[in-house]
Amino acid sequence: MKTIYLDNSATTFPKPESVAAAVENYIRNIGANPGRGAYGASLEAGRTALKLRMAACRLFNFDRPDHVVITPGATAGLNMVIKGLLKPGDHVIVTPMQHNSVMRPIRQLEKQGVAVDLLPFNDSSALHGLIKKETKLVVACHGSNVSGSLEDIEAIGKICKEKNIFFLVDAAQTAGHYPIDFKACNMSALAMPGHKGLMGPQGIGLLLVDPKLAEQLDPLICGGTGSASDLEEMPAFMPDKFEAGTLNVPGVFGLEASLRFIEEKGIKAIHAHIIELEERFRAGIAGISGVTAVGENFGCGVISLDFEGQDNASVSAALEQDYGILTRCGLHCAPSAHKILNTFPRGTVRFSLSYFNTQEDVDAAVSAVKEICG
Amino acid sequence: MRPKEPKIVLTFRSTTDAVTAEDYFMEKGIPGRIIPVPRDISASCGLAWCGPVETAGDIEHAKLLGRVRIEGTFNLML
Repeated sequence: MKTIYLDNSATTFPKPESVAAAVENYIRNIGANPGRGAYGASLEAGRTALKLRMAACRLFNFDRPDHVVITPGATAGLNMVIKGLLKPGDHVIVTPMQHNSVMRPIRQLEKQGVAVDLLPFNDSSALHGLIKKETKLVVACHGSNVSGSLEDIEAIGKICKEKNIFFLVDAAQTAGHYPIDFKACNMSALAMPGHKGLMGPQGIGLLLVDPKLAEQLDPLICGGTGSASDLEEMPAFMPDKFEAGTLNVPGVFGLEASLRFIEEKGIKAIHAHIIELEERFRAGIAGISGVTAVGENFGCGVISLDFEGQDNASVSAALEQDYGILTRCGLHCAPSAHKILNTFPRGTVRFSLSYFNTQEDVDAAVSAVKEICG
Repeated sequence: MRPKEPKIVLTFRSTTDAVTAEDYFMEKGIPGRIIPVPRDISASCGLAWCGPVETAGDIEHAKLLGRVRIEGTFNLML
C-alpha cells in the first residue's frame, strides 16, 4: 500500500532534494560556525546565513536582512516578541483561531498582569472597539492550523498602523505557500517555522522584525554572539541581539536551499498548486453525507473534517491502517479554535497539503473518506 | 617576506554586517576580501574587510547609500 502524506501542517514531507543535499554538504564538508572565525569555512557559513536572510527579504517584501532573526522555530520567534515586549499593565489583542504557540505565552503573561482580549471570529473590524490606551500589541494567526481559515492581516495591519500599535503575525501555516507582504500588511514582526511551508528542516525558523519594534524588545535569551566580546551585556545591534548561542547551522544551509527552491518555483505557482488541490478536495467531499469540513474563509491547504457519529481519532487511525493516508486528529494544540468551530473536545481529522502532493493523492483521500462514511 | 602595502581596513560590529559589506562590494566590483581583524585594531566581530586604498571613495559612497554598516575605518600597512 502506498503511503500518502497529508500532515503537512505539522511538517512538510518530502523536502526538496536540494535541502537534504545542502545539509549533507554542510555536515560533511564545511562544519564551521558563522561568526566564530575568520577562516574560509566559517565565512562560508556566515555568507550562507546572509543569503538566507536576503532570500527571506525577497520572499516577504522586507528591506532589512540584518533584522531577519534566525530562530529555533515559530514558537521561539513568537515568544521573543510577546515576552520581549509586554509588561504588566500592557494590553494585547489576539485573533481567535490561535495556536498555543501564542496562547500559552499570552496566558502566562496574563497571570503577571498583562490584559488580554480576543477578537471575534472573522470580524477584524471589531478591533476598533477593543483598542485602549494600554494596547501595545495585536497578534494575528494568519492561517488556522485547525481549519485553514485565513485572517485578514491586511485589514488588521491597517488599523494597527492608524492606532500606532505593534502588529505581530504568526505565519506558521502560510509562509512558503501563500504570498505574504510584510510592508503591505503594515507588520511589525512576522514569525514562521522553517520546516512547514518553507520546506526546510526542523529546528529552525525566521523572525522578521521592524527596527522600531526591535529596539523595544528585550532579548529572551542572552549569551555569546561572537561579537562585542569585550562586553558582558547583550549587544543592542541586530541580528545579534536575538541570536545568542550557536545557530542551527545545518538548518541554515537546509533552509537557504529550500528558499532557493521556492524562489525557483515561484511562490504564486506554489500557492496556485495548493489551492487547486484544496478546491479539488473540498469539492470531492462536498457531496458525501456524514462528514463536514469545518471553518470558513479557506485558502492555505488545510482541510479539517468532522465525521458525524464516528470517533474522529478512530477515523484517522483507519485512514492510515486501511488506506495508507497520514492525517492528524485531535485538538491540534488549538483549543480555542476548536471551541469556535464547535469541535471541542472531540477534535477533527486534519488533511493538509504541500507542494509535493498531487491530484492522485487528493482523489485517494476523497475516495477513502467516501468509503469510511459509506 | 611579502612586502607591505597601504590598505584600507574596515571593521564591523557583527558577522552579518561583515558579510553584507563583502556581498555588496563584490556586486559592485570593489576589490578586497574578508580578513581576521589585524592585532592593532579592536573589532566587535573579529572580521575585517581589507582592500586597496583606492577603494576609499567607493566605500564612502556605499556608506552614504546606507548599503553597508561599518564600525571603523583604518589605513594600515599590511
